[in-house]
Amino acid sequence: MADIKIGAYVCKGCGIEERLDVKQLVSTAKRDGKAAIAKDHEFLCNADGVAMIQNDISNEGVNHVVVIGCSRRAKTEAFNFEGVTLSRANLREGVIWVRPDTDEARETTQEMADDYVRMACAESKYMNMPASSGQQGLVKHILVVGGGVSGMTSALEAAKAGYAVDIVEKSGHLGGIAAELHKRVPAKNGLGGPVDTGVAEMIKAVESNPHITVNLNTTIAKTSGAPGRFSVDIATESGAVKNLTIGSIIQATGFSTYDISKLPDLGGGKSANVVDQLGFEKMAKAANGGAIKRADGKEVKNVVFVQCAGQRSDKEGELPYCSGHCCTTSIKQAMYAKAAGADATILFDDLRTPGATGEDFYRAGQNAGVTFSKGKVNSVETGDTLKVKFNDMLLKDEAIAEADLVVLATGMIPNGGVDLNAITEANEKEMREQSILKLDYRQGPDMPQLKHGFTDSHFICFPYETRRTGIYSAGPVRRPMDMAQTMEDATGAALKAIQACENAAQGRAAHPRSGDLSFPSFRKEGCTQCKRCTVECPFGAIDEDEQRYPKYNEARCRRCGTCMGACPVRVISFENYSVETIGQQLKAVDIPDEFSEKPRILVLACENDAYPALDMAGMTKQAYSAFARIIPVRCLGSVNTIWITDALNSGYDGVILMGCQKGDNYQCHFVRGSEMAHYRMSKIDDTLTQLNLEKERVQTFEVSIADIHRLPAIINDMEALITKIGMSPFKF
Amino acid sequence: MSNMNQAMIEKYRSNFLKEVEANVEEGNWVKMCMQCGVCSGSCPLGPYWDHPPQELFMMIRAGKREEVLTSTSMWMCTSCYNCIARCPRGLPITHIMHGLASYAKRLGLAPANQPTLKFGDLFWKSIVENGRVNELKIGVGLYFMNGFGQGIKNAMAGRELGMAMMKSKRMNAMEYFGGHKCKDRSGIAKMLKKAEEFEAEHIAKYGK
Amino acid sequence: MAKKEYSFYPGCSSQKHASADNFLRSSNAMCDALDIKLTEIDDWNCCGASIGYAGGGEIPRLSLSARNLALSKQQQGDKDIIAPCAACWIATREAEDRVNENAHVREGINAALAEIGLKVEPHQMPKTRHMVEMLVEDIGLDTIAKGVSKPLEGITIAGYVGCQTNRPFGIAGESFENPVYLDNMIEACGAKAVNRYDKKVACCSGALMFSEPAKGHALVKEIIEAAYDGGADMIVTPCQLCQMNVESYQSNINKTFGTKFNIPVVYYSQLIAVAYGKSAKDAALDGQIIRATKLEEIANK
Repeated sequence: MADIKIGAYVCKGCGIEERLDVKQLVSTAKRDGKAAIAKDHEFLCNADGVAMIQNDISNEGVNHVVVIGCSRRAKTEAFNFEGVTLSRANLREGVIWVRPDTDEARETTQEMADDYVRMACAESKYMNMPASSGQQGLVKHILVVGGGVSGMTSALEAAKAGYAVDIVEKSGHLGGIAAELHKRVPAKNGLGGPVDTGVAEMIKAVESNPHITVNLNTTIAKTSGAPGRFSVDIATESGAVKNLTIGSIIQATGFSTYDISKLPDLGGGKSANVVDQLGFEKMAKAANGGAIKRADGKEVKNVVFVQCAGQRSDKEGELPYCSGHCCTTSIKQAMYAKAAGADATILFDDLRTPGATGEDFYRAGQNAGVTFSKGKVNSVETGDTLKVKFNDMLLKDEAIAEADLVVLATGMIPNGGVDLNAITEANEKEMREQSILKLDYRQGPDMPQLKHGFTDSHFICFPYETRRTGIYSAGPVRRPMDMAQTMEDATGAALKAIQACENAAQGRAAHPRSGDLSFPSFRKEGCTQCKRCTVECPFGAIDEDEQRYPKYNEARCRRCGTCMGACPVRVISFENYSVETIGQQLKAVDIPDEFSEKPRILVLACENDAYPALDMAGMTKQAYSAFARIIPVRCLGSVNTIWITDALNSGYDGVILMGCQKGDNYQCHFVRGSEMAHYRMSKIDDTLTQLNLEKERVQTFEVSIADIHRLPAIINDMEALITKIGMSPFKF
Repeated sequence: MSNMNQAMIEKYRSNFLKEVEANVEEGNWVKMCMQCGVCSGSCPLGPYWDHPPQELFMMIRAGKREEVLTSTSMWMCTSCYNCIARCPRGLPITHIMHGLASYAKRLGLAPANQPTLKFGDLFWKSIVENGRVNELKIGVGLYFMNGFGQGIKNAMAGRELGMAMMKSKRMNAMEYFGGHKCKDRSGIAKMLKKAEEFEAEHIAKYGK
Repeated sequence: MAKKEYSFYPGCSSQKHASADNFLRSSNAMCDALDIKLTEIDDWNCCGASIGYAGGGEIPRLSLSARNLALSKQQQGDKDIIAPCAACWIATREAEDRVNENAHVREGINAALAEIGLKVEPHQMPKTRHMVEMLVEDIGLDTIAKGVSKPLEGITIAGYVGCQTNRPFGIAGESFENPVYLDNMIEACGAKAVNRYDKKVACCSGALMFSEPAKGHALVKEIIEAAYDGGADMIVTPCQLCQMNVESYQSNINKTFGTKFNIPVVYYSQLIAVAYGKSAKDAALDGQIIRATKLEEIANK
């Protein structure tokens, strides 16, 4: 490592000069921050200011730049220097905009700014330039698991972008469930009614595409490696194995239908005249526009559709969720019936017709004369004429609808592979056999599931990102969806898969730290082989080597630092983010003595939501305590408890952790980071007790980016609490 | 009940929606209701409807013929068009309500002594006779629609208003004996007779 | 300003000594002031109004309006028909729409019209427009404001648009929930419009005032209450039935609800006539049951 030469640059613009003693800031950077060069500038982010810094880098040997001015989230394009580390001291959003411009406030505001200068310099000192590991090169080859509409769409989209694709399909033909449909709900122009599925054309397009190889009657035997260097064995029924080197994987394994024999009250399994939607689809397909015939050959004259059959239910064994497509599917099927001269009634609880044209499709159904009744079906009496007993919820009446065929709109069950949480030592082998991807990852053979068997992805904020980097799930395996959504989803997954290949080749991280080149490494001699990092990594990025040491797979890593937070012996670090870069910052803060009435509050704020929210609090001029010192962290999961212990030992009076929402409805950008942090902090009480400190001095919050009023209040509450319980005695 | 009612029951056996679609003004829109209830919430006399419009639509689909046609509900329509303006599905609800009321009356199912029905009849009679509305005659007729005794009471209660109207020259007592009328009254009567014949014949034969 | 000429369909209430006699008189004064010439359709008949449904079916009812359309066409060619009454206006427009769109209705209507030697053809009928529509679109409120000689200063007026002038057709570019042209008309005359008049487009109960008076009184009570709440000295309306319902039952409402309502309800034509310097008599202010004294004071100045 070359000698560190810190250049610290104080901006006087945006009111900083009016509010703060800039000369003092410059001298703090020199004296306390040990900056070799410290300068101020009228307007640092303009061309002249940037040129000044660049000149020092080029001609004065500055290799660690500290920009003292606005938030690290502002002016990132201006302050973008090649080949040097960059730290930022946030004096604008973090100091002058959150402090009143009064004479009384001037002293504490200046102290705040001086501390941030010290902190940025301290961080700078311990940062190194990240470089990628070079673990993998560019592999423009994507594996698609599943040959249904989602798989074929992904394959075609990736092929269009010039990628080679291998489709692995368990059955003997392409098309999946969609191939069994008579017609589909249109993606556009719903008023026109059902349209051709287009599946036959799609199969033709896949089979004739030179970039796509279709492997029928084939499953995965083993997957190892990481994005950019997956090694996948695919095996045919006969046992023949083919090995592929794959850049990224799309899991498009679709869904299975719910077993209607679990719904005997609705006639499921009791009569051939009670079918599920797929069953009716087959009847309509067989009729091909003519009269629809039942299993006993009788022409169907009257169909009743029962929505939400065995789903949106809290009954044991039934599905709690809505499968999303079933309302429009029933409308479509009722239109088959009307077209074939039969009457059709749809009994619904809530009619949900998602998609841009869903509402129009509903209208098309109404126009065709389908009867829609809001009714909760209690039972179906089977027989030649079936009696559907329902509670008419609009007319508040018990009613009976007669039918010669009843269609139960049952839900989708994702083919998500095995539930990793259900794996025990005893069943491990069996579970691996049953798994779809057969990953040789330490954390298990399939992707983690969120709930109900759907693969875990944050379906609003980052829908395609799963917890296995470079492996994307698409279609109903990810969440219930219809064909139009599936095709959109599969296209998105194909784009992400391509991106994963390209990122891996350059050693860059995927969402949310996209482009980050830093990745964790560990000091082997210090490692106790406790395995926490391998267990707690939300992305299964860390395996174990033969000597049982953690083995990092750079391309699987999302750079959250949850491993770093987990490590009890603190041997894990990134080049530019480590126990030291944060630890030294909190130690660089000047701690006034116990009798100064100037407490210090350490705030560790997640850079994804909490820190932007604090910046916005500044932008909207919400004042908060001058005693807070805020340090952004990559994820609350990266917070190592040593920082808390260090902070308390150095005399901080309170510590606040701000992370994202955890749990099933998590908003954590690294899925499990916030959860891990909360768990770890629940154990910090022992430390506090040992130090004879009040438990309330350390508090952890789940916050959202919209909490711009709440966060200042949290900080101010901590100041008030300290006033109440007294200053920390640990000030030296 | 009228013969026509029997005929319709037989013709549309158990499919009241079809009957409404065929015979009721704008009845083919009924199936397009999505049951949001905006009409019901927008009606100035909403609380007085036994079955607000959206419920009537549902009842039609559920085949509740008798209940719908004998209901007083649609007679509560003030023709304010709020439901039409707000219906997200664009149903001409006001017209459907008028159509249902009119159809119920045609079949002899409309509730007896429904005041709006009676007033409407007086109004229409005035048009058929004169081509224009004779406000005074309707007014007096209205007072007496529930019998002579009640009529005198009503007339006494309305006396103050009548005097005020006359004083402001907005009512003329002589109207009762002549008043506003069209020149071609016989032509108008002929036209209306033909129109009614056309409609009745059509309903009997084909539906609307 | 060139003289504007229209075919005129006054409707039953706007006849001499009928319930909107005061409208007819003031509108004559207004048209005189604004240089508008209206030629009445000879032997026009009642439109059937909304309440006609109870007596007449769809075809008979629509035939009535079709006869007026055919007569106007015969007598005055393609000149726009101006209807000052909302019920007349929408009934005629609806008849036109159905004749255009519905072959069955068209057949029935023409069979009926044939009895009297008339006929309507789709898309060949004159356009029927509400009188305020004509004032807003053809004359323009700016123009009206310019000609005001006696601004109605010091009067606060609640602009009560009501139902059928506003729905289902309304004035182009206005919202159903909060149309503003009547407020603008009030301001054009130099008076102050009640801001956010709560019951601006509420229903006065229409024809049900006669058959269901108790329900009607309750609706009108709210309309008047909201006008008082807005600080109104009077209410102005474009609708003959609204005017009648809101003005003439105040003593009944007072008896039922213990209120002390006594608020004048005038027509926009009366405002414009007075603002243009017409006498109280020409503006038919003597036709009010509740005298609009503030307006009379200005007229008599």
